[in-house]
Amino acid sequence: MPSILSISGVSKTYATGFTALKEVNLDINRGEIFALLGPNGAGKTTLISIVCGIVNRSTGTVTVDGHDIGKDYRAARSLIGLVPQELTIDAFESVWATVNYSRGLFGRPANPAFVEKVLRDLSLWDKKDAKAITLSGGMKRRLMIAKALSHEPRILFLDEPTAGVDVELRQDMWEMVRRLREDGVTIILTTHYIEEAEAMADRVGVINRGEIILVENKAELMRKLGRKRLVMELRNPLTAIPEAFSHYALELSPDGAELTYTYDNQAERPGVASLIRDLEAGGIQFRDIDTQNSSLEEIFVNLVRREP
Amino acid sequence: MSVPAKMNFRAVWAIYRVEMARAFRTVLQSIISPVISTSLYFVVFGSAIGSRITEIDGISYGAFIVPGLIMLSLLTQSISNASFAIYFPKFVGSIYELLSAPVSYLEIVIAYVGGAATKSIILGLIILATASLFVPLHIEHPFWMLAFLILTAVTFSLFGFIIGIWAKSFEQLQLVPLLIVTPLTFLGGSFYSIHMLPGIWKTITLFNPVVYLISGFRWSFYGKADVSVGISLGMTLVFLAVCIAIVAWIFRTGYRLRN
Repeated sequence: MPSILSISGVSKTYATGFTALKEVNLDINRGEIFALLGPNGAGKTTLISIVCGIVNRSTGTVTVDGHDIGKDYRAARSLIGLVPQELTIDAFESVWATVNYSRGLFGRPANPAFVEKVLRDLSLWDKKDAKAITLSGGMKRRLMIAKALSHEPRILFLDEPTAGVDVELRQDMWEMVRRLREDGVTIILTTHYIEEAEAMADRVGVINRGEIILVENKAELMRKLGRKRLVMELRNPLTAIPEAFSHYALELSPDGAELTYTYDNQAERPGVASLIRDLEAGGIQFRDIDTQNSSLEEIFVNLVRREP
Repeated sequence: MSVPAKMNFRAVWAIYRVEMARAFRTVLQSIISPVISTSLYFVVFGSAIGSRITEIDGISYGAFIVPGLIMLSLLTQSISNASFAIYFPKFVGSIYELLSAPVSYLEIVIAYVGGAATKSIILGLIILATASLFVPLHIEHPFWMLAFLILTAVTFSLFGFIIGIWAKSFEQLQLVPLLIVTPLTFLGGSFYSIHMLPGIWKTITLFNPVVYLISGFRWSFYGKADVSVGISLGMTLVFLAVCIAIVAWIFRTGYRLRN
């Protein structure tokens, strides 16, 4: 798949001497939903800000659909819509005025029918004459999205889109993201809510301390790095794990009634089958067994921790 | 930065319209309050004190102070309009949208400075109309009167734009207008002719750039000036050029905008 956004060798050192990004290389495929994961301060927002033209990069090149963001900034920026993390709107403008302003700012001719559709899709139409200051937090967030969509971008950046957003709005937002993707819009979201990436993304990138440490197809990532857990409910509680099973790295619950075995999906040894055989042979009986896939969150925490 | 092949006039218009809308929303603050303070100047200086002052250069005192009063408002309003217009989005963070838009620096300046200058020119004309209710006015060189009005409004809107970008707090935003511009305007011959000053002050005052603005503007009304009108025009253009140079530098380096 041809990439719509190409970031190569991008670094950013702020005037204070703080290096926010180190030689970042990243390609985003046309039409995908890409989740950029990382802890606070990892460089997610700096990377987005550079692509969108808000922050100057120290080194490197970025092209948006082939347009260099420096030399050809008009073409590059016209393709991008940005919903920043903070709710920053001119509080005294009406919803209708501020969305039309955004469209004009991006050089698009007035199109009241399109703006109306955007507002209706985001359930803001009946608030079109309200001043931004009178809106609730959730509505302000939707207004920010409406502004970003007002000029019909081909790439949409959502920086921490659901931070402080209630469940219902979160669902609506994912619904909207899916619709946009169907229309061919490429979506890049940053989050530290892993479940968001897990639910939505096609691919996941992990950034930590200004470096992209991994980019992977989400399913592939889960398969590769996912660990499985086998939880056995014992018929007769144990006081300690018998010596004979020490090489399995088992964990015993405090009450001695549950035995947990964590194993790598990829690695064959020591396998689940042999553990179960050995347990039976050792006279340890269980009432029930349960296996669990580790979540993206655990994968992520492991990755970030592994860093020096 | 490459030279844009095509200007984004829609963006210029969008910004300009928002700026003008703000003026109409805050009509009390942006129009009525300067009109009231100008009227007060007329009552205090023009009538109460002016009645005890003889004519200056053959012009009644009340009429003499009109160009200075307009300049006073023009300078302070141009600076505050433009500095606030660019500082406020920086302060609340909504500037992200402007920076991420396909807009060149030139377009940003035209829109913001154009908006600020338009507002202060309208204000200058309103004050002129207000003044005509108090004193008989007569404008000898209407073309030059408008030229000085527009030139000064644009120059000081640019100056305000620079302050708005430089300022990191509301205090800094007020600092330059309060500590430098207002004193220079009061000492720039708004209420007197510099010929009335004693010896050495006559020379010192020539280092005050506002003297040239007021002198030139007053010449366009009454054909009489403290310094020659050519020098006035020249000094105004020099200050305009300095402001343009600073703005160009700010945009080339991304100073306090993109770092």
